[in-house]
Amino acid sequence: MATPRSTLQIRTSEDIVRVRQEVRARAIEAGLGLVDQTKIVTAASELARNTLEYGRGGEARLEMLQDHGRRGLRIVFEDRGPGIPDIDQALRDGFTTGKGMGLGLGGARRLCNEFNIVSAPGEGTRITIARWK
Amino acid sequence: MDSPPASRLPSILDAHADDILSEWIARLRSGGADDRISEVERERQASGFLQRMIEAIRASGVADIEGPAFEPLREMLSDISRSRAMQGFSPTESALFVFSLKQPLFHRLGLAWGKDAEGLARDVWAVTLLIDALGLRMMEAWQKTREEVIIRQQQEIAELSTPVVKLWQGILALPLIGTLDSSRTQVVMENLLESIVQHEADIAIIDITGVPTVDTLVAQHLLKTVAAARLMGADCIISGIRPQIAQTMVHLGVELNVISKANLSDAFALALRRIGRAVVRTKSPVPVMGTAHGE
Repeated sequence: MATPRSTLQIRTSEDIVRVRQEVRARAIEAGLGLVDQTKIVTAASELARNTLEYGRGGEARLEMLQDHGRRGLRIVFEDRGPGIPDIDQALRDGFTTGKGMGLGLGGARRLCNEFNIVSAPGEGTRITIARWK
Repeated sequence: MDSPPASRLPSILDAHADDILSEWIARLRSGGADDRISEVERERQASGFLQRMIEAIRASGVADIEGPAFEPLREMLSDISRSRAMQGFSPTESALFVFSLKQPLFHRLGLAWGKDAEGLARDVWAVTLLIDALGLRMMEAWQKTREEVIIRQQQEIAELSTPVVKLWQGILALPLIGTLDSSRTQVVMENLLESIVQHEADIAIIDITGVPTVDTLVAQHLLKTVAAARLMGADCIISGIRPQIAQTMVHLGVELNVISKANLSDAFALALRRIGRAVVRTKSPVPVMGTAHGE
């Protein structure tokens, strides 16, 4: 079901650029159209930046998907940062604990077909997104 | 200090320097001619390198390559490595220059020690450590040269990619290209604000055709730039928002409360209208000098 994986470290803001480039390359490989490519690249950009800024760095794992002829791309962002105490609040538009617009997390959910978030205070955060063709 | 009893390396180097050099050069040459570097140049480097190595070993033995006696050799190594990196050699190719000296040295050590395996092993080990250290140093210098090249290119890109262009009296354009979420944004914003003052501009067009991804951070930077420009008395128009970017921004929930146009030419037309000017067609198209057709 799942084929080639690749793992990218997220330690600096240059790494976010690399995540975007890799996601775009994989999205093209998975046959996603221009709009879907842009959506998942943008979602990945938001989540990679969250991983860096709020999770104190972490990694992104990319995975090509294949399911009954459908193709897609799944990305898992994982950090060992402070975690999210209230996920519902974090997903609400306009809520931020930093200096951003507070749209990244909720926006990323709206840009993907699958969105899953696991987090607990002190234990880090894992967010999984997927976009299918 | 427990120093090993008399290494035969110094005496070998003194007695057979020329043979070692010619064997080394033969090995370097066996890799075939290389049009990136002339044979004469390569031989000059090899002989200079060996000479400095012999002098250093004579002065302080093989162990202390960080010491002052090895200074001339280290400098030469850095120079050679730098020129190799510039000439387009790979790190392996660059390091092989040094590593290929091992065989001629081992060969001579074997002849000198004969059946004394213990002495031979000790000297081979000493030479191995020395040559490995020099080879690694070569790699490091190569790497450093490449990093310098990259840093210089980054600086060039940062300067190149933030031009503010005057389109008309009072109208500026800022074509943005590439990634916007780094320290570049600050440079971009400052450039634009300074140009607004300098050109007494009323309208600034920010064109984002060349920005591959517009996420919330990029949007936030754009909005801040627009707000700052407004405080300077200039209105902004954002152009070049491609259809896929527009859709993505809607899903993200970003509201750009800014006048925007699909492309730079529409934005320019709007800007001209704003300052009370228009582009009109003259009665007959004037042929442009040097082109075959009229329009």
